[in-house]
Amino acid sequence: MAESDKIIDEVVGSDYKYGFVTPIEEELAPRGLSEDTIRFISAKKQEPEWMLEWRLKAYRAWLQMKEPGWQNVRYPKIDFQDIIYYAAPKKKKEIKSLDDLDPEIRATYDKLGIPIQEQKILAGIAVDYVMDSESVFTTFREALREKGIIFCSISEAIREHEDLVRRYLGTVVPPRDNFYAALNSAVFSDGSFVYVPKGVRCPMELSTYFRINAENSGQFERTLIIADEGSYVSYLEGCTAPKRDENQLHAAVVELIALDNAEIKYSTVQNWYPGDKEGKGGIYNFVTKRGLCKGAYSKISWTQVETGSAITWKYPSCILKGDHSIGEFYSVAVTNNHQQADTGTKMIHIGKNTRSRIVSKGISAGRSQNSYRGLVQIHATAENAYNFSQCDSLLIGDKCGAHTFPYLEIKNNTGKVEHEATTSKIGEDLLFYCNQRGLSDEEAVSLIINGYCKEVFQHLPMEFMVEAQKLLSISLEGSVG
Amino acid sequence: MQSMLSINHLTVAVNGKEILRDFSLTINPGEVHAIMGPNGTGKSTLAATLAGREEYEVVSGEILYKGRNLLEMEADERAREGIFLAFQYPVEIPGVSTTNFMKAAVNAKRKHQGLEPLDAREFLKLMNEKAQLVDIKREFLSRSINEGFSGGEKKRNEIFQMAMLEPSLCILDETDSGLDIDALRIVANGVNRLRSPERSFLVITHYQRLLNYIIPDYVHVLFDGRIAKSGGKELALKLEAEGYDWVKEELVAD
Repeated sequence: MAESDKIIDEVVGSDYKYGFVTPIEEELAPRGLSEDTIRFISAKKQEPEWMLEWRLKAYRAWLQMKEPGWQNVRYPKIDFQDIIYYAAPKKKKEIKSLDDLDPEIRATYDKLGIPIQEQKILAGIAVDYVMDSESVFTTFREALREKGIIFCSISEAIREHEDLVRRYLGTVVPPRDNFYAALNSAVFSDGSFVYVPKGVRCPMELSTYFRINAENSGQFERTLIIADEGSYVSYLEGCTAPKRDENQLHAAVVELIALDNAEIKYSTVQNWYPGDKEGKGGIYNFVTKRGLCKGAYSKISWTQVETGSAITWKYPSCILKGDHSIGEFYSVAVTNNHQQADTGTKMIHIGKNTRSRIVSKGISAGRSQNSYRGLVQIHATAENAYNFSQCDSLLIGDKCGAHTFPYLEIKNNTGKVEHEATTSKIGEDLLFYCNQRGLSDEEAVSLIINGYCKEVFQHLPMEFMVEAQKLLSISLEGSVG
Repeated sequence: MQSMLSINHLTVAVNGKEILRDFSLTINPGEVHAIMGPNGTGKSTLAATLAGREEYEVVSGEILYKGRNLLEMEADERAREGIFLAFQYPVEIPGVSTTNFMKAAVNAKRKHQGLEPLDAREFLKLMNEKAQLVDIKREFLSRSINEGFSGGEKKRNEIFQMAMLEPSLCILDETDSGLDIDALRIVANGVNRLRSPERSFLVITHYQRLLNYIIPDYVHVLFDGRIAKSGGKELALKLEAEGYDWVKEELVAD
C-alpha cells in the first residue's frame, strides 16, 4: 500500500465521538405508519384541527407516491412500517427554566459540547434543542421577544402563532413536492420556527441542535423561517446521533421565506452518525431544503458542511422570484469509508436581474461515493439573470469516487451562466512536502483540506468555522496512509 | 567533535534499480559541502533519501545524523529534528498561505521540542525578521503557497521556510535551476546569512555558478552513484572550465 493510502486509512479511521445514548425514558408512538399514527402525533402536540387535516392530506398523497430512484446512491429498501414516528423524552413537569430540565438531557448536550446554559453559551447564540421528536429547550427567548422576533419550536408555533404558520407552511415545499416531503408533512414532529419582523436585524445567531436518541425511530423535523421586509437573520443547524447498527431515517423539510429586502443566512454543520467502517448502520439523511426569495432585493444564502450520515441526499435550493434577488450555495461534502452523498443545489431564476452563486467542494476518501448534482434554471421571465457555479472534487486514495451532474435549463437568452469544475488528489508529492516541513500525515491532510474548503468556511459564522474545521479533521482521520 | 551527518557505504535503489552505490560522506557542523555531477548520477536521490522519501529504498549502509540512526526516523520526524530540504520543484497547496503553512510547521517543531506554540504576535515577529533575510514582502506570505509563483519566487519561498525552521542540516536540491542571475543572488544571500558554526549545508547543483555566491568548504563530484572526486572550491572552477569528462577519464584510468 502506498504511503498516502496508509495515511488516508488512519485519518479516516477515527471513531465517531457522538455515538452515545442518553438513558432517559422516552414516550414512543406505536411502530408503523397509519392515519392513527398521525392522529397520535397531532394529539400529542395538541394541534388545531386544520393541522391534523393538513397532515392527513399529505399522508394520503404520500400513499399514492413512489419512492424515487434516480439519485446516485444505493441502499436497501426502507420498510416504512418498521419505523417509530414519534419519540419524545418524557417530561417530568413543565419546563419553565433550565432548572426544570431533565439532568440527563442537560448532560447529553454538555457531552456534545453545546452546554444548555444561557449565560455561558457561545457569545450570544440562541439555541433550540431538539431531541428526537421534541424541542427540549430554547434559550434567549426573552431577549429576542423584546425585538419582536419569534424563535420557538414549530409545535409551539402551531399553537401560539397559528396565523403565521398557516399562511406560510408548505408554501415553499408543498406536501406533494416529493416522496419524502410528503412523508414529512404527514408525520413531522418538531423543529424550529423563526419569524423576524419588518426592519429588524436579528442581534444574535439562532441555532437548532438536532439529536436523534431513541432506537428504531426516525426524525422528521420541520423548520420554517420567515424574514419579513428589510429584516436579517442568520440561522445555524447542527446534528448528531448515537451509533446504532441499523439505519435510521432522517427526512426533514426546511422552508425559508425572504420578503422584500430581507436576508436569510442558513448554515448547517451536519454530523449524523455515518455508520461504521464496514458501512453498517448510520443515518439516511433525505432532506428537502428550499428557500423562496419572494420579495425584490431579497437574499438567501445556504452554507453547508456535510460530514456525517451513511447517505446524504439533499439539495438546498433557492427560488429567485423577486426581482434583483440573490441566491447562494456554499457546500463542503465529505464522504469516507462507505458513505454516499448526492448533494448540490437548485437555483431557479424567475425574477429579473436575479443572481446566484454556487461553490461546491466535494471530498471523497475511503470507499465512498460523492456526487454533486445541481440545476440552474433560467425562466423566460428572468431578464439578465446570472449564475456562477464552481464544483471542485478532491480525492483521497484510489478507491473512492467523485461525480458531477450539472444541469442547465435556460429559457431567456439574456441570461449568463458560468461553470467551472476541477478534480484533484492529495498525492504523495504534496504529503511529502508537508512531511518535510515537520507535519505529520494527519496535520498535513487537515491543513490541505482546510485550504481547499476555505472559500466555503469563510461563509460560516466564526464559532462554526472552527467547529467545521475540527469536524473535517476528525471525519478524515485515518484517511491517508 | 560529533559529525552532523555521516553517511557510510550507502546503497539506495529506486524501483529496484540501484542509484547510489557504496556512497560515503561526512559533514561536520558549520561546513558547506557542494555535490556536483552530471544529470542522472544520483544527486537528487541523495537529497530525497536524506529527507526520508518512501520510494527510495536503502539497500545497505547507514546514515548517522548527530550520532543517531537517521534511517529509523520518518520524514516528518527528521524535519522536526532539524533536517530541511529546499525542493527543486516545490508543490502548490491551494488555499493555504505561506503564513499558515509556516505556523503549522514551526509549532509542530516546537511541540516536538517540548515548547509551547508561538502565539500570533510572537509568530508575526519571527516571520517579519526572517522575511527580511530573503527580501520577501508580507503580501507574498499571505498568498496560497507556491500557487502562481514564478520560479524565483518559489525558490525564495523555500529559503524563507528554511530561515523560519532554523534547521541544523540544510539540503538544497538544485535550488539554482530556473533562476535568473538576480534571483540567484537573492537566494544565495539568504543562504549565506543563515550560515553559522552550528549549521551545515549540502548544496546540490549541476552548475558552478551558484558556488560563486555560496562558497563551499568542500566540493564533491558524484559519478555513477558514488563520489568520484573531492576537493576545495577550486574543484568547482575546474569543472566549470573543463566539464565532467576528465573526472570520468580519471575514474576509468583508476
